[in-house]
Amino acid sequence: MGVEKTYAEINAKIKAGKAVVVTAEELISLVEEKGLSKAAQEVDVVTTGTFAPMCSSGAFLSFGHTAPRMKMQKVWLNGVAAYTGIAAVDAYIGATEMHEDDPLNSNYPGEFRYGGGHVIADLVARKPVKLKALAYGTDCYPRRNLETTITLDEINEAILFNPRNCYQNYNCAVNLTDRTIYTYMGMIKPNLGNANFSTAGQLSPLLKDPHFKTIGVGTKIFLGGGIGYVAWNGTQHFPSMIDSDGKELGSAGGTLAVTGDLKQMSPRWLVGTSYLGYGATLSVGIGIPIPILNEEIALYAAKKDEELFAPVVDYGEAYPSFTPGNLGYVSYADLKSGKITVNGKEVSTAPLSSLPRAREIAATLKGWIQKGEFQLTEPVKTLPSPADGVIAHSLKED
Amino acid sequence: MKVSPKRIVLRFGTDISVKPIVYRLVKDYDLVVNIVKADVNPQKEGTMILEVTGDQSENGLNYLRDLGVSVQALNQEIVRNEEKCVMCGACTGVCPTGALYMERPSMEVRFDGDQCVFCQLCVKVCPMWAMEVRL
Repeated sequence: MGVEKTYAEINAKIKAGKAVVVTAEELISLVEEKGLSKAAQEVDVVTTGTFAPMCSSGAFLSFGHTAPRMKMQKVWLNGVAAYTGIAAVDAYIGATEMHEDDPLNSNYPGEFRYGGGHVIADLVARKPVKLKALAYGTDCYPRRNLETTITLDEINEAILFNPRNCYQNYNCAVNLTDRTIYTYMGMIKPNLGNANFSTAGQLSPLLKDPHFKTIGVGTKIFLGGGIGYVAWNGTQHFPSMIDSDGKELGSAGGTLAVTGDLKQMSPRWLVGTSYLGYGATLSVGIGIPIPILNEEIALYAAKKDEELFAPVVDYGEAYPSFTPGNLGYVSYADLKSGKITVNGKEVSTAPLSSLPRAREIAATLKGWIQKGEFQLTEPVKTLPSPADGVIAHSLKED
Repeated sequence: MKVSPKRIVLRFGTDISVKPIVYRLVKDYDLVVNIVKADVNPQKEGTMILEVTGDQSENGLNYLRDLGVSVQALNQEIVRNEEKCVMCGACTGVCPTGALYMERPSMEVRFDGDQCVFCQLCVKVCPMWAMEVRL
């Protein structure tokens, strides 16, 4: 009979300063040294981390009212349009929106120097941001124009709300065509010239709880250097598992919608990001604690790079044309080694996800829990798991 | 009159790798050529850093340009802004000489300026704009 723990028991230990907290990488060593049962008994919480560009990020901002009042209809922050079709002085700034005057890809490959992700990063760095707003004017909201400067501390609310973050797993991108391509997976040289991947592997939160046994709605997390919560499953949440040669594989997998107060986050963990020829986005730091409630949870949390796999996908032809299938699977151990073999050819690899930063997040979260500052939350609702068989839909032209 | 040498960076495709371009600079244009650094491999794009002295140096460089060699004066350096770098590793996939590389197992990005041939690819692809050109 294996060990069984409850959230309440673990939180009592955290409060008493007696909880045993390890990072996902430390758990791997511990399991190798002492075996799974012993490790599951000893460890209360495992911390994970990831720091990478995460599209589908953005922030709700509530600016406060002006005299006379204004029902903002169009809003720009440092020249980047925000969506204000929600209320008079509320707007949502999305990470991938570009500056109004950005040449985009007209001079291919475009540089995409400043977008919504950069606005969020500037706000959180406490830099002043130019706000421009237009309105049609009403009896209750007569003002039609506004140009002013805002700072994060002076606006009423700033709520980071990222509808899809923290991808469980992701493609390893290669290029089978004979021209260089510029993608959200970076610059990829022709004829299998290089391979880019973007997951922290054995530190990545959702790879360590692949069946969503502990991560659900309401889970308290490290978000952007502050505290955040899992709001829902992310968009494009397809936590399917593929069995191949007896291996348990995640495809792109599950995602999380996460939220938190932007005002308590830090510029180290929210960084404006540009991809040559593709666009701008926001790099986000996320860390999730996994309570070791039983041996099964420990088993998955202890999965190592050798046991976690990414599909290799051709971004030259197959991906843009939405052709299903891939060029095989490679382990994160191979990806991190710097060389993989695709179609019989040795290809050098590069990460887009920062492993040193992921380690720093897992260690920071571990410190918070050890000090008793951060208690675990039991999900108020579980998220769809691989067993639920969520199916992706696609659009067809009329 | 003593003329100080020109420092130049050459970049060329695989077709040039098999041609005796340095020999031609010496023989046809009477140039004194010092090879500071060279990475020539018939399988991939080549780079060379030369110090060139001689009255006909401009003619020699035009000969190279006519062949399709990219000729660039070496009066700048690439530096990494440590504040901006998040150690993702995107640059290591495109750096042609391995000047930017991943240290394993830490997966930290290292920059060895001695290996840099100033192609500036890292400046363009760095998602955080952490690689900068200094004159």
